[in-house]
Amino acid sequence: MQLKVNKQDRKFEGDPQMPLLWFLRDELALTGTKFGCGVGLCGACTVHVDGKAVRACATSMSDVAGHAVTTIEGLSPDGNHPVQKAWRAHNVPQCGYCQPGQIMQGAALLNEKAKPSDEEIQSTMSGNICRCGCYQRIFAAVKAASKEA
Amino acid sequence: MKSVNLESKAIVENVSRRNLLKGVVAAGGLVVAVQALPRNALADGGSVNQYATGAGGMPGGTVWDPHTFVAISPDGTVTIVTHRSEMGTGSRTSLPMVVADEMECDWAKVKIIQAPGDEQKYGNQDTDGSRSIRHFIQPMRACGAAARQMLEKAAALTWGVPDTEVRAQNHKVVHVPSGKSLGYGDLAVAASALPTPSLKSLSLKSSAEFRYIGKGNVPITDLHNITTGKAMYAQDIAVPGMKFAVVARPPVVGGKATKWDADAAMKVPGVVKVVAIPATPAPAKFAPLGGIAVIANNTWAALRGREALNVQWNDGPNKDYDSAVFKEGMAAQARKPGKIERNEGDIDGALAGAAKVVSHEYYIPHGHHATMEPPAATAKVGGGKAEIWACVQSPGGTRGDVANLLGMKEADVTVNVTLLGGGFGRKSKCDFALEAAILSRELGGTPVKVVWTREDDIRHGFYHSVSYQHVTAGLDKNNKVVAWRHRSVSPSLMSNFMPDPKRESALELGLGLIDTPFDVPNLRLETGEAVSKTRIGWFRSVNNIPHAFAMQSMVAELAAELGRDPKDFLLEMIGPARIVDPRKTVTSELWNYGDPWETYPIDTGRLRRVVERAAKEAGWGRKLPAGHGLGIAVQRSFLTYVASVVEVAVAADGSVSVPRVDTAIDAGFIVNPERVRSQVEGAAVMGLSIAKYTEITFKNGRVEQGNFNDYRVLRIGEGAMDVRTHIIEAGIDVPSSGVGEPGVPPFAPAFFNAIYAATGKRIRNLPMGNSVKA
Repeated sequence: MQLKVNKQDRKFEGDPQMPLLWFLRDELALTGTKFGCGVGLCGACTVHVDGKAVRACATSMSDVAGHAVTTIEGLSPDGNHPVQKAWRAHNVPQCGYCQPGQIMQGAALLNEKAKPSDEEIQSTMSGNICRCGCYQRIFAAVKAASKEA
Repeated sequence: MKSVNLESKAIVENVSRRNLLKGVVAAGGLVVAVQALPRNALADGGSVNQYATGAGGMPGGTVWDPHTFVAISPDGTVTIVTHRSEMGTGSRTSLPMVVADEMECDWAKVKIIQAPGDEQKYGNQDTDGSRSIRHFIQPMRACGAAARQMLEKAAALTWGVPDTEVRAQNHKVVHVPSGKSLGYGDLAVAASALPTPSLKSLSLKSSAEFRYIGKGNVPITDLHNITTGKAMYAQDIAVPGMKFAVVARPPVVGGKATKWDADAAMKVPGVVKVVAIPATPAPAKFAPLGGIAVIANNTWAALRGREALNVQWNDGPNKDYDSAVFKEGMAAQARKPGKIERNEGDIDGALAGAAKVVSHEYYIPHGHHATMEPPAATAKVGGGKAEIWACVQSPGGTRGDVANLLGMKEADVTVNVTLLGGGFGRKSKCDFALEAAILSRELGGTPVKVVWTREDDIRHGFYHSVSYQHVTAGLDKNNKVVAWRHRSVSPSLMSNFMPDPKRESALELGLGLIDTPFDVPNLRLETGEAVSKTRIGWFRSVNNIPHAFAMQSMVAELAAELGRDPKDFLLEMIGPARIVDPRKTVTSELWNYGDPWETYPIDTGRLRRVVERAAKEAGWGRKLPAGHGLGIAVQRSFLTYVASVVEVAVAADGSVSVPRVDTAIDAGFIVNPERVRSQVEGAAVMGLSIAKYTEITFKNGRVEQGNFNDYRVLRIGEGAMDVRTHIIEAGIDVPSSGVGEPGVPPFAPAFFNAIYAATGKRIRNLPMGNSVKA
């Protein structure tokens, strides 16, 4: 099957039931998409498929055939997407492991709605767990990025 | 010098870091120290030393040699080695920042590389116990000062001028009379030819001269890589030719596989080998649990192969572990006299003669770290050598354990430390690295990455110990507390290392039980018996969590009983500012977090000050909306004093939110206030998870939870979104103490005290769930 990953054409010939997560991580070495739970509960593996946030661990390869996948590595050519910039301005990360997924979720939200309400930010980001507890800053960063949009 | 390159994707192929360092060495640019100094020389009264710490008692002690930690390349880039593991506290940035500041570096020209596990070379690397700044601020200042003085000396010699006429300033050395200068890159070769200054000749900067220390103006070094997905964790390691493995582990600790279908697993496309890993009888330290490993060409094939194994288990001696039954047994122990651990006055007489006696019981179940990165490790074992890449908190310990396992010398074992996607104590235990080593050896040297899934992580952890606390207070006719008896029942983490002591060990007793600071004339602290039925491990702030929960809840309960203000009553329980010295009244030793009493005594003046500061900042006593309440709690842990005021809002349906938290922290001198705030914010979130959700239960010896659906942790918007950190300012002469852990213990009792203030309902069994009515 064929798909695009970060604007590049990619081929996949393995088990169509394999989650996109393992294709990205094990075959393409795009390890910015993190393995956190494997069942769509934590959001660490959030990527964009045709611009919408999905959990790569719960998306099979057959689901993405012919589609365009964007990972954290492809979110911005220079790493300066407004959400990434806001993340740095607010010193959000502690351990950092969940952060690419958080950023991809935040970027997808702002892609859909440039000025989400506080409640919309919290409900959209609530699928992404941060065990270090950076939530206060995650919220502040998404909100700041929305003001820039 | 070797080091893993955390900025590189292809971690093995890209050796630019190593080449850089080799290049530096070849160019003679490595700043050299020639003196062999005694371990922890700083603590032995050198002029640099301001206070003694327990660092010298840790494996490897301390090292401050600039030759070990600092390299300067001809372009002026200063490379600083960081030897502690980074799991989110910021020490990977903060310790090099201390070196850089003392060295008068421009932070923009500093690069940080991670040391492999080698405690003889780097000093202690066990990143645990909130020790990184506490034990290494002084050695790292000495390291930076020594490097700075060598650069100054090199400039003075180059110019032929007296030492007194030169001064290092922002990455160059200036000849003060003429104004001419040389950059650090220009001086590297000459500086390397000089002997290291003696410890006594070192001149530290005054704190007024600090550029970075204490300022909070340096973002973490990995910030850009984290936000662009380039940061490398152990789950992300890719070594050429590497295979991927998952392990079916015994569902009951101590169990063994009796039968499995290796053929079925081998039929899954991509599976290359099925390997049995032996179990180790208790006490097993960090040895793997054993089980059946499936090795494959990618993670997905390994997972599918594992599903096909259909393993049958002999569950072994812990097969009856049932946490609900166990709780009843602990309660029975807590209700009868236990082993006396500290005794002052006449508790029995005081209780018998008391006008009123109040008793309450408090329970906290097993918890689990659930680091966002499940454990993972890659190993390459062959040709008499082993190389490991792992997210370990203790790379030095891991190196020793791998060497023991493989029958190698430590010199033949390299442990590369990746970033840790969370640690919280779980990654102090290197069982996953040992699994990888066994499997690579079985494959004859092919590298193997062992991936733990979330279910593996939650079902095969080293659990935060379950605990049952029984507290009794006696009041005289004037409503003064004249008797305090606290019995604590909790299986010991020491059961990993020795025959089960069946009660809290000295280490655990020192975590908030026998160091009770209350001003009560008749005081007794006891433990009851509790046998460990699973792997008990330390979890961020460890037994401080149950001890503080019981003590700080009980104080508020007594205040309520007497109609007193909880904050005023808490201050009365603490009593006047003084040094509380339990060393005379404990029945064994008082474990003071491994640090000298003289440097870090129990100072109730500092305890009072954080209570008063948190209360003031929170507007204690202010008028609150209906359904809101304020609660307060304090704990000295990891030699740091923390008080939190939690505001709760209880809705009509009983659901509880936390609109605001005010936390005052006195951790002595603060190196990085920005990271202190992030730790305090995160501690509130973790504390709220403990209060509301986190619970591991056992049935038939098996953990009943498996993922974030049934092991619930706090999500965004569920509270603690407005945490305000109030740092008690302290000068450089006030010994730095811990920061990573001490924010956690006061949170849960302050939260439940707030719920009581809002609703009149007292919660003594954790977790509460999301609703006060649940």
